[in-house]
Amino acid sequence: MTATCVDLGDQLVAAASDPWALDRAARGHVERCLRCQADLVQHRRVLRALQSLRTEVLEPAPGLVAEILTHVEEAGERQAIRSLLTGRRAAYIGGLAAATAAAGAAGVIVLASRTRHRRLPLAG
Amino acid sequence: MAALVARAQEGDDRAFEELVTATHVETYTLARRLTGNDDDARDVVQDAYLRAYRSIGRFRGEARFSTWLYRITANCASTHMGRGRRHRHDELRDDLVVVDTRPDLDPGAHADAADLRDRVSAALEELPPKLRAVVVLRDIYDMSHDAIAAELGISTSAAKVRLHRARRRLKERMFPARGDGQGIEPGDEGVE
Repeated sequence: MTATCVDLGDQLVAAASDPWALDRAARGHVERCLRCQADLVQHRRVLRALQSLRTEVLEPAPGLVAEILTHVEEAGERQAIRSLLTGRRAAYIGGLAAATAAAGAAGVIVLASRTRHRRLPLAG
Repeated sequence: MAALVARAQEGDDRAFEELVTATHVETYTLARRLTGNDDDARDVVQDAYLRAYRSIGRFRGEARFSTWLYRITANCASTHMGRGRRHRHDELRDDLVVVDTRPDLDPGAHADAADLRDRVSAALEELPPKLRAVVVLRDIYDMSHDAIAAELGISTSAAKVRLHRARRRLKERMFPARGDGQGIEPGDEGVE
């Protein structure tokens, strides 16, 4: 393989889909080099073969639609359960916070009333 | 298809089910080509439709629905293969049904084309997943370099480099070099 053939390797890959990928010197070499011409033809055949796969479909084994729909449904249910749990958790935490606040408030009231009771004899 | 999509966007689950029925074979085909095996392809397809179901409200119709679904599938396949759970490179199964939807060709050309398709399919299976994904999306599904890069989470230049490598490997696989590797120019034949 000549140095030019080696240098052209990448350009030949690109030239398979884009005829303008070869510069003037490269085109001149390809016009004279049978190996590079053969390489270019092979690259083009690979590309054509790949493009021909576009119209080919691979049939899945039966049951895929059912699997997909079950997967979607289960994920939907999981999400619903999760949001329900999140809602319950929020309600629980809210309730706990309210109870704590109420207990605190009650404590303050009791303390305040005790203080008032203690002060009464002194005032009399 | 557009009417089904519109109904699915309004929350009609029956319409979404019909969309799945209408598109799942093509989606599976892409997933199968990207992953290289049936089990992974089925997982990818399920994830792709779940993602489509959740985000169908954001589908604006600038591209075809199938193109939108292909991009989701490519993204799911990339994620799935990235997990590195099951990187198998199984040969194409004998019982895999291949359907050619092209118009009839003359028998000779058809046989040649079929042979070439078989060889390129086999060569694709041999490629590392990262190279295979790029060449499948570009050369079979005609996705732009930018779209491929976006869905695979790589740069555009990395996508181009991978495409180049993939095409080169496919060619080497399909047309193994036979000679001594010397360039042949007219008049060079037989010259030591």
